[in-house]
Amino acid sequence: MAAREPGGRDAALFAPIELTGRGFYGVVAILFLFILWGGVAYWVQFEEGLGVTGLHQPVSWGFYVTNFVFFIGISHAGTLISAILRLSKAEWRRPVTRMAEVITVMVLFIGAGQILVDLGRPDRMMNIIRYGRYQSPLLWDATSISAYLTASIVYLYLPMIPDIAILRDRLQKRKLFYTVLALGWTGSERQQRVLNRAIAVMAILVIPIAVSVHSVVSFVFSMTLQPMWHSTIFGPYFVVGAIFSGIAALIVAMIIFRKAYGLQGYLKPIHFRYLGQLLLIMSLLWFYFTFAEYLTGYYGGTPEEMKVFWAKFTGPFWPFFWGMALTNFVIPILCLVRLGRHTIAKVLTASLSVLVGMWLERFIIVVPTLSNPRLPFGEGIYWPTWVEWGELAGSFALFALFYLLFTKFFPVISIWEIREGREVGLKEVEERLLTYLPDGSEAELAETGRRW
Amino acid sequence: MALWGMVIDLDRCTGCQACVMACKAENNVPAVGAGEAVRGRIISWMQVLTEEEEGHPGEIKRFMPRPCLHCDDPPCTKVCPVYATYRNPEGIVTQIYARCIGCRFCMAACPYNAKYFNWRRYQKEAPGQNPDVSVRPKGVVEKCTFCHHRLQKARDRARVEGRELAPGEYITACAEACPARAIVFGDLSDPGSDVARLARSPRAFRLQEELGTKPKVIYLTEGEGHGRA
Repeated sequence: MAAREPGGRDAALFAPIELTGRGFYGVVAILFLFILWGGVAYWVQFEEGLGVTGLHQPVSWGFYVTNFVFFIGISHAGTLISAILRLSKAEWRRPVTRMAEVITVMVLFIGAGQILVDLGRPDRMMNIIRYGRYQSPLLWDATSISAYLTASIVYLYLPMIPDIAILRDRLQKRKLFYTVLALGWTGSERQQRVLNRAIAVMAILVIPIAVSVHSVVSFVFSMTLQPMWHSTIFGPYFVVGAIFSGIAALIVAMIIFRKAYGLQGYLKPIHFRYLGQLLLIMSLLWFYFTFAEYLTGYYGGTPEEMKVFWAKFTGPFWPFFWGMALTNFVIPILCLVRLGRHTIAKVLTASLSVLVGMWLERFIIVVPTLSNPRLPFGEGIYWPTWVEWGELAGSFALFALFYLLFTKFFPVISIWEIREGREVGLKEVEERLLTYLPDGSEAELAETGRRW
Repeated sequence: MALWGMVIDLDRCTGCQACVMACKAENNVPAVGAGEAVRGRIISWMQVLTEEEEGHPGEIKRFMPRPCLHCDDPPCTKVCPVYATYRNPEGIVTQIYARCIGCRFCMAACPYNAKYFNWRRYQKEAPGQNPDVSVRPKGVVEKCTFCHHRLQKARDRARVEGRELAPGEYITACAEACPARAIVFGDLSDPGSDVARLARSPRAFRLQEELGTKPKVIYLTEGEGHGRA
């Protein structure tokens, strides 16, 4: 175990950067196989056209658009949750925030990449900038996602500066790399003041951007006139789903790295209990939105809406719809109501289930509407081919690879924030707590009581 | 300025598909082959939709030829991120094949499924094609253009001869081919034209009128007119 090796306090946090074992190369090799599958699939698609997928008329959007919405949703793990935890001064955030922020940055690349994979003419991608039409929700997506990516990279980088400086002073290798990235950090009082201020500003800035991102992703659907897409609650519904799947992804990542890098001392059951409770709340909120959305459609009962509605409930999409209800609501609720014992196992089960469920949710939003056109065309059934499966597998593998490589260059838990927690945090919390409490003597309190 | 539109009399339509074939020949619409057809990738700018009698599967109640409806407020043009589809001043919704990035957003937004995608490269330039219509490459969206090239040609001819475009000089291939004369094409903004007169008929209706898309393809209901407007 890395934690037992010499190297002082927090050695476990340096270990993955200092040493690279055989396990790492094994994992990378496996990931490369999946990425290769995705790469070959894309090459075939580029040569032959989108005809190699299962898409057709009328189901002109399928896996790729589902993946796009799903991965962009995962990105809300990070920055948004980390920003909220920072701003609310939740002390338990310290070992969590970095992992969350990394997810956001890495997964945004994958999510935006899905659109490129989906384009019939990727060679003309730059037309979006040359001839961009701001009336199209796709342009809103492009704007919002690039703003989010920029803000998230800054928000990931800022709190990393002191850690990079620690690495610069400690490690023998990659001296130049860390020296440049550390921006001459010495830890002086002025530097710390500026850094904390910058982090606070970014934390506030990033929240509205994150909300805007998944709202405009939903607008791609809700701005059309299509049945079960044209819905006013899609914006908040998508944002809730995004945060929901984001937390699940964060939990899974935390559990994997906890095990792989021996971080049990940092990521304790209490962290998973808090995140599990957050996941439980999001599950209930997601259920509420889903219920409201489908009840409204059902009660109105217009024929076009009902065609899509029944296709989901009892028609060809029933396994996906009820699978989604099971994995997004039933399983998480059963796992998360009581977290007293086997916390981590339960939270992991719930999170994996939610990741499957939220992917199904995106699928069940995208495809059934398209496969039930308003005019009498007959229903279009959609089956993905090996190409689409390859892109899905490749995308997940590429995300995992990016994340893994990050952990080889930078600490996956913020070292200085942990130290700050030990040194300053304890005192600060005590002082803060005292300000919450009524001050003054017992007698004075009794006095106020009588006046009432 | 002219506002081009079409009236389709469902009472006269026999479902013979002459309009479909005329359109394919006129506009170089590719035959996608049996394999692609089974996968649901037929391209047919003009498509004859059929509605079955409820409770009697297989019995066809109604034929409905459906070109692009050239909406006056088209849901497809709004969502195009690159202005590859737009409504021109004369009301024709056009496609710019050389600019389309193939995102298929317009296909998802069209309530009439009038847009088609080139899932593969279905054809190359070859003799026998209409030289006035460009052959679409793979990866772009295409649809009915109201035979826009015919308008350009007719207008050029009129200009050379130093006169105005005469009514009836520009009509679409489907209208020309219909043996039952169910399809009438012309200028909706000219109150005297056949198409404008028919569009005012009490039998006239528009597809999914409630969506507010204001289609310029107007249908005449079946079973009332016996072929008269």
